[in-house]
Amino acid sequence: MNWFVATFGSSIGKKLLMAVTGLCFIGFLTGHLAGNLTIYAGGDAFNSYAEHLHALEPFLTVVEIALLSLAIIHIVTGLWLFWQNLKARPNRYAVNKWAGGRTIGSATMPYTGVLILAFVIFHLLNFSFVDKTNTTIWQIVSTAFANPLYVLLYIAAIVVVAFHVRHGLWSLFQTLGANHPKYMPFIFKASIVVSLIFGIGFGLLPLYVSLFA
Amino acid sequence: MTKNINLTLKVWRQKNSSAAGNFERLEAKDISTDMSFLEMLDIINEKLTLEGKEPIAFDHDCREGICGQCGSVINGRPHGPEKGTTLCQLHMRHFADGDELVIEPFRARAFKVVKDLAVDRSPLDQLIQAGGYISANTGAAPDANALPISKETAEMAFDAAACIGCGACIAACPNASAMLFIGAKVSHLNLLPQGKSEADKRTLGMVRKMDTLGFGNCTNERECEAECPKEISITNIARLNRGFIKASLFSSEK
Repeated sequence: MNWFVATFGSSIGKKLLMAVTGLCFIGFLTGHLAGNLTIYAGGDAFNSYAEHLHALEPFLTVVEIALLSLAIIHIVTGLWLFWQNLKARPNRYAVNKWAGGRTIGSATMPYTGVLILAFVIFHLLNFSFVDKTNTTIWQIVSTAFANPLYVLLYIAAIVVVAFHVRHGLWSLFQTLGANHPKYMPFIFKASIVVSLIFGIGFGLLPLYVSLFA
Repeated sequence: MTKNINLTLKVWRQKNSSAAGNFERLEAKDISTDMSFLEMLDIINEKLTLEGKEPIAFDHDCREGICGQCGSVINGRPHGPEKGTTLCQLHMRHFADGDELVIEPFRARAFKVVKDLAVDRSPLDQLIQAGGYISANTGAAPDANALPISKETAEMAFDAAACIGCGACIAACPNASAMLFIGAKVSHLNLLPQGKSEADKRTLGMVRKMDTLGFGNCTNERECEAECPKEISITNIARLNRGFIKASLFSSEK
């Protein structure tokens, strides 16, 4: 068998794909959050951030294509792993109990993953693939979050993202082989802190926009 | 303090690997808290035999916690609720009078139920075989420092070698993955000079065998580490992952 297929088709190989693409998305979320924080500086600052970002064309299109490719790899590999894992135990236990290893985040990874995919599509339809000729991004955002349903939905989605990151971040280091008693406790705690930063950072934005904009 | 307790058991009964199984309700009366779990099953089986019924089939051998032959899932926990113990070393004092215990076999696609609680764990032997062999001379003990191995390396290899191959890691894994088992074997052999020369080949061989045997994929749930009767750490899985990256991308092994 070709070594490339043998490597990335194996169980550890597929997990390596999940780990590397997942790390890229954590990088993306960090950048996305940093940009979104301009909302606290007001509508003009947010519009100016969006303008500056779009001035980076065609670099931005390259990044978008890269993100789309990473997403396809992460989703297809994730679903493949999920399906194989279901098949690995055809007869389930009558009694299931956690011994202390699992967390809500780790036990729900495939489900939170699918929810995040649905949310990302919804989010792009809301704010990205819209006609922006006679309006600004700030107007679109503030109109959307005037609706409390949108605020609730976005906060719920961000909580889901936070749980996904809480398991995903430390887990990707373990998959890449970086687990050592010296620094694993730090990585484990850092993944909780990062998930809280994402959860609170993104989660407060819809609330802020709906209350103060 | 010795006392006697009464328990209700719901035991998985299955005639053979192709038959459909079901739970049988059995009363365990007057069980001494000094008994081990397997001794409690012995008592039940004696009673069943005297009544002319089929005794419960379960795996066991040394009953000292070192052979890896015993193991069932008690109320959702492989080897029962005590940390770092095999089922034969679990004593009835850990249960209370009136408890209901659901006893199931280790479940995984790779582990076929032979009868009742006895499962075929020969896929673990196939994994070991896929890892190749090392050469170790028999006869007189070698000179103490003929092979220089640091204390730290020896300890890490020994911690991994504590694996008794009971399969509780696979039974506990939500995905029925054998990563802790092969992680322990790869660590045990690849860390030491006797096994190092074939490290890359062993790592790839065991991972590929695991995939073909129908074990699941590790999702770092850490249930294996929590249930392992020898408390083998998932740092061994990380070492396996490192070894896999090295063998796949930085060695000439195909």
